[in-house]
Amino acid sequence: MQLEYFQLIDRILDLNIDAKTIQVEAQVPEHNTIFEGHFPGYPIMPGVLLIESMAQTSGWLLLALMKFERMPFLAAIKEAKMRGFVSPGELLTIDANVLHEGSGYAMTEAKVRVGGKLRCNATITFSHIPFPNQDLRGHMDAEAKRVGFPQQAIVHD
Amino acid sequence: MSSTFDQVATIIAETCDIPRDTITPESHAIDDLGIDSLDFLDIAFAIDKAFGIKLPLEKWTQEVNDGKATTEQYFVLKNLCARIDELVAAKSAGA
Repeated sequence: MQLEYFQLIDRILDLNIDAKTIQVEAQVPEHNTIFEGHFPGYPIMPGVLLIESMAQTSGWLLLALMKFERMPFLAAIKEAKMRGFVSPGELLTIDANVLHEGSGYAMTEAKVRVGGKLRCNATITFSHIPFPNQDLRGHMDAEAKRVGFPQQAIVHD
Repeated sequence: MSSTFDQVATIIAETCDIPRDTITPESHAIDDLGIDSLDFLDIAFAIDKAFGIKLPLEKWTQEVNDGKATTEQYFVLKNLCARIDELVAAKSAGA
């Protein structure tokens, strides 16, 4: 997890195109300036970043389902629940599944767990459009390599 | 048609917290009911689920943006319901 670059996902553990599910891993850093302010003497991962981590997880799933031809953008969050604190140094396992694929939009459900225990979950809406330019497409290709995106998952079907 | 309208009106009322009795077949979802594009995604989701279809929102939006269609054709509720009926019929024919 590189919070400064908004890179919240470290690696994709599992991607199932048929089931439309994904599981990723994200290591919360031990030290970061964010924890100095949130909160002094009691550092915890901000809820908005946990939501972003669920959005990014869902985003990888949608990118796969759309074969990297379109880019999903966060549009709405529903029923986001912070069920427990996430502390510096904890390892997150994040699961997401597709709730609905509409025309130009999609909805997902995502859950963050630590050591098997649910810490937060949300229902997320995305709008998606063709990649607006090659810079973003190139960036996402590089990010796909960084997180170990299984290219074979979208090649054979 | 009336059945489709009743379902759609109920979806809009519940999704956007709009009084049901203010929603008529002549209502324009955007101009009269004040539904924005993001709220309409929730409505589209509920309609897709209720009718087992996929509203072609992208195509409609593109046609409006290109000047090939007006918003009234898709977002006045009686017209929206007619489109839904067409999509349901097309799905049934293809099934």
